[in-house]
Amino acid sequence: MSTAENADAVAVTEGLFRLLPAPPGELPGIVLIGGWSPTSQRHHFPLASRCPYSGAADVEEVELPTTGRLLLWTAVESAPPGYHGPVPYGFGVVALDDIDLQVVTRLTEADPARLHEDDAVSLVADPLHTDEEGTSVLAWAFAPR
Amino acid sequence: MTGTVHDGAGVQIEGIGLHPFGRHPQRTLADLGAAAVSEALRDAGIDGRSVTATFCASAYGGVASGHRVLGQLGLTGGPIIDVEAGCASGAAALALAATAIRSGEHDRVLVVGVDKMPRGMIRSSYFPPWREAAGLAAAPPYFALRAQRLLFDTGLTKADLAAVVVKNRAYGVHNHAAMRREAVTAEAVLDSRLVCEPLHLWMLCAPNDGAAAVVLQRSRPSARRVVRLAAVALRSHRPGDVLDESTPLAGLDDGPIDGSPSATTAAARDAYEQAGVGPENLDVVECQDTDAARELLAYEELGLCEPTEQGRLLAERAAHPTGSLPVNTSGGLLSKGEPLGASALGQVVELVLQLRGDAGARQVPGASIALAQTVGRGANASVTILRTDSLPSSGSGAAATALGTAP
Repeated sequence: MSTAENADAVAVTEGLFRLLPAPPGELPGIVLIGGWSPTSQRHHFPLASRCPYSGAADVEEVELPTTGRLLLWTAVESAPPGYHGPVPYGFGVVALDDIDLQVVTRLTEADPARLHEDDAVSLVADPLHTDEEGTSVLAWAFAPR
Repeated sequence: MTGTVHDGAGVQIEGIGLHPFGRHPQRTLADLGAAAVSEALRDAGIDGRSVTATFCASAYGGVASGHRVLGQLGLTGGPIIDVEAGCASGAAALALAATAIRSGEHDRVLVVGVDKMPRGMIRSSYFPPWREAAGLAAAPPYFALRAQRLLFDTGLTKADLAAVVVKNRAYGVHNHAAMRREAVTAEAVLDSRLVCEPLHLWMLCAPNDGAAAVVLQRSRPSARRVVRLAAVALRSHRPGDVLDESTPLAGLDDGPIDGSPSATTAAARDAYEQAGVGPENLDVVECQDTDAARELLAYEELGLCEPTEQGRLLAERAAHPTGSLPVNTSGGLLSKGEPLGASALGQVVELVLQLRGDAGARQVPGASIALAQTVGRGANASVTILRTDSLPSSGSGAAATALGTAP
């Protein structure tokens, strides 16, 4: 689904985010797909069939806010097993604006010294690597604004 | 259900065995486990055929690890229960074994923990493949984020993290079963390769190979000092929580500090209640120093200090050999390395040595009450309390006055 509009880019896995059309040569826009449980009154990410806080089976698929504030951050200096993207890469926790949800996320900034608590950040598509067919494999990341 | 074992007064530790933790490419999982089991049986002075059930802890051993270990010793035939609970696997096996005795079904059981870990960052079937591909599965950055939170909350610095490494590596010099037996300076720790700010390589434990074993028995009179299993408590993460346990449950996090206790804190409360003691009664502690910050977090979660007061314990050198409460006298995982299934039982082996007065150069004089703690992926947390005294289990007051004195 997320690949339909961007034949030259594919999500690292389906169901985490939706890619939005972009002019040729530019990275697509992106929005994370999460869940909302009316019973537990809580958001979660990634979307799960049941609310991870309460087990309620009433989860509704929702698009999550694309901006937030930086809570914690580091950089991974060498590639962990199973990872074929660039190193170092930023890694952190972002509190999304407007809702009570913090997400573990990649960060576009890989120098921890350039980041600060409560920095305003925005969601972007983040190329990991190019697969055997020459298609760009995308994850999500937050970038300082 | 909290996974607690109430009133462990009726269970004693009769024998201990260890295969040194390290890199042993020529030895199979069964070799490692069998060595530890043989030593534990010898230490207990018993024939392995008198053991009527075995609980084998392993996180990466694969199918029927315990059967392979006992198969090498010709000791199969009885029930062998393989147990996996991440870094708390050994404590989970210990809890099941204690229950097997207390239930009356068994009088003497064997508990063994064993693993052979690949070098480097640990891979785990816990995660869906996309999380590895996105670089969001490796443990060290989660540890780093928790470390950063600790530094924010306490005002501590990377130099304080290095001080924990220096302490544990100094203890490790005296432990023949440790992989790293050289003392280090804080400067050298801070000069070791940066893995994930603020964590440098030597601030992280190394996954490796090893085994530990314990013979548990229904309490009975003994000619020598008896070490009793006073408590074993297990807990898991709060629903939806990730960061406290360094585990991305579902890529979400409900805030590191929301007022409810972490898995370790909850397990500690359970264990203190079972044992009838409090943190003020402890003489020696082995805690999960997966990374240097994790040891400092344990101080708080185990009630050894008030929240964010770790700096006071560091300044007082409380966890050092001459301090008020020595921590990780074995050298900790920072010196020993971590074979996941063996680590919790490795702590128990160290504490039994301490309580028997057999810990040699790292002996804590007069130690009579000891605590071991693990926390890891899942999240799994365990707290085990051992004691040696002739007092009734309600005698915590008397134990408190004996703290720090010779037996």
